[in-house]
Amino acid sequence: MTAPTTPPELVQLLTPEGERVEHPDYDIDLTAEEIRSLYRDLVLVRRVDLEAVALQRQGELGLWASLLGQEAAQVGSGRAMTDADMAFPTYREHGVAWCRGVDPLHLLGLFRGVNHGGWDPIEHNFHLYTIVIGSQTLHAVGYAMGIQRDGAEAASLVYFGDGATSQGDVNEAFIWASVFNAPVVFFCQNNQWAISEPLEKQSKIPLYKRASGFGFPGIRVDGNDVFACLAVTRAALRNAREGNGPTLVEAFTYRMGAHTTSDDPTRYRVADELEAWKLKDPIERVKAYLFRNQLADQEFFDKIEAEADQLGRDLRARCLALADPQPGAMFDHVYAEPHALVDEEREQFTTYMSGFEGAQ
Amino acid sequence: MKRDFKLPDVGEGLTEAEIVRWHVAVGDTVKVNQIIVEIETAKAVVELPSPFEGEVAALFAAEGETVDVGNVIITVDDATEEALTESLVPEEPQKREPVLVGYGVKQGPSKRRARKSPSAVPDRPAAEPVPLSNGSDRRVAVLAKPPVRKLARDLGVDLAVVAPSGPNGSITRDDVLAAQAAPAAPAVAAVAAAEQDFIPVRGVRKATAAAMVSSAFTAPHVTEFLQVDVTETMNAVRRLRELPDFADVKVSPLLLVARALVTAMKRYPQANSTWTDEAIILKKQVNLGIAAATPRGLVVPNIKDAQALTLPELATALRDLTERARAGKSTPAEMSGGTVTITNVGVFGIDAGTPILNPGESAILAFGQIRDMPWVVDGQIVVRKVTTLALSFDHRVIDGELGSYVLRDVGAMLEDPLRMLAWS
Repeated sequence: MTAPTTPPELVQLLTPEGERVEHPDYDIDLTAEEIRSLYRDLVLVRRVDLEAVALQRQGELGLWASLLGQEAAQVGSGRAMTDADMAFPTYREHGVAWCRGVDPLHLLGLFRGVNHGGWDPIEHNFHLYTIVIGSQTLHAVGYAMGIQRDGAEAASLVYFGDGATSQGDVNEAFIWASVFNAPVVFFCQNNQWAISEPLEKQSKIPLYKRASGFGFPGIRVDGNDVFACLAVTRAALRNAREGNGPTLVEAFTYRMGAHTTSDDPTRYRVADELEAWKLKDPIERVKAYLFRNQLADQEFFDKIEAEADQLGRDLRARCLALADPQPGAMFDHVYAEPHALVDEEREQFTTYMSGFEGAQ
Repeated sequence: MKRDFKLPDVGEGLTEAEIVRWHVAVGDTVKVNQIIVEIETAKAVVELPSPFEGEVAALFAAEGETVDVGNVIITVDDATEEALTESLVPEEPQKREPVLVGYGVKQGPSKRRARKSPSAVPDRPAAEPVPLSNGSDRRVAVLAKPPVRKLARDLGVDLAVVAPSGPNGSITRDDVLAAQAAPAAPAVAAVAAAEQDFIPVRGVRKATAAAMVSSAFTAPHVTEFLQVDVTETMNAVRRLRELPDFADVKVSPLLLVARALVTAMKRYPQANSTWTDEAIILKKQVNLGIAAATPRGLVVPNIKDAQALTLPELATALRDLTERARAGKSTPAEMSGGTVTITNVGVFGIDAGTPILNPGESAILAFGQIRDMPWVVDGQIVVRKVTTLALSFDHRVIDGELGSYVLRDVGAMLEDPLRMLAWS
């Protein structure tokens, strides 16, 4: 068998040039206000990301995983959820966190090493970041089966990358979701690179086609098209809530930056590829669309730009002001209730720490 | 107020970085997040953005210098009032900065500290060490609590030579302090240290080491030798020098060796190739590398498309390439993309060697010195100009047969330069 030579069709509603196109199965009717608001989210999310990269380079964060290039996939899918839906992120879903109302400062705290994920997952219906590759797909399926048993009107949406599709956990999650008809949407951001491993070394077929083998639909969407990501994810979530089981959404996008700040992509990928994807920028096409259809003027764009700069400055100041936790704080969240063994361990640890020179 | 920017750990547990290029100079005005410097770590070349706004007051490391993480590399004056309270706070003792992975980055004093010689340890006999119940070697099983171990480390005391007084033969805090107070003897090791010099491993030396190790341990090398009578080549060199085409450029035996090797690469394209796990990539261009000894170390720039050059053009390219290399001005483009290399060991008065391949190439030719040797011509012993050629090749790509053909043909062309005309 030979691999298909033509690239498979992907759902696109807004071309890289900012032209609106129709799709027979997926359409979306957005007001000018909604489009401007999507644009604002895309710009602000990118700004948060840039500031975080700079802070890492200045020694203020231990690490950062940049989302540059994946803003549309995250904002589109993030905005598709209802308040009752539950999101399970990897460690790169800063845009989804933004859509779920998580203060970016909490994300920075995690990468600064002063918290273990500083937000309440239940408050935001946004689970903590998962560093282990793909394990959150199992959590999401379990959560979805809980929704199913509660008879609730909700679905779970789980994020993972192209590399994670090679993990056992993800494949097990597909199987469980399929046989239990769980209300879950698998949202795979295929950014083409699993650190330094290109997609063609991971899969002989397009990723979305894998779903059919597990027994549920898969769909490929232009991951740099925020309209399409919103429309497709919204439909998939609705489908799940209505009891029709899981969907795999493959958002076809590109990681414009390094895997993390510890990585140097120039060592393994060619500049031409990056240049080609620059032309498909997720933000520029929305800007072009707004401009061409006179849905926004220069004043609007300037205002968003200024807001982004303010957000960056503010985030920087608050990040630098984050207090280092006391070493003993790690015992505080092991159990919700008091626990004799943990108390004993805390006591031992405190005694141990006081044995150091200059201990408080 | 002057604000210091310390070299951060930009890659999870890195301890040092080399300053590649400053983007700012003293007196420049910088903004927050403006790129100020490029650094190269073990993992990547990274641009660092300024955390401060203001005027650059001082740079503390030169380009090419390797700096430890935690050292101040730049000071920026943000033109605000000096905060007195801050300057009154004494420097904190060495402190570990939290990072996500690993044990944190220790902030050390400026520059790299000298290696500690064993003489720093008080040379005090371990008077009557208390035998351990299991009778094991004390050097292996020193008993001490972690805070005591830390104290010993901080004070530079080797626990193995501290006499224990605690329960079960364990070393206490007081034992460590007592050991530190004991007079430090000027040990023999100090003399040994004085007899050694340390050259920091960086720059070209570091890159050369990495390339050699990578090449030597990935490509199975084979080297073949051939002695060649190059009397005719020397005659050809002499006559070429008289031609007006070569009036402005030096004609050396190396030029003809270069032309012979390029010609051989065209005859045997598989020798002009790169091994990858998926395919052997045959290069249509011959990018001829010349290993050059420069004040900075070994560099191997290459002449692009050498197969397309006329002999005078090749001579000019050779001259320009070596001049730029010696001046330390070889461009990164010149140093990458080579397909085959010549190393001219003859200039050092050497006959032959077993050269290591330039990574990514499949063959390298060592050109030995040319000297007068007794040689048999038509049954008579006569004095001829003779050199030794050594060809190392990657046995994954080139079998003994092909390698032998390449070396034999290069030799044949040097023995009778007319063959270069016939074969090119």
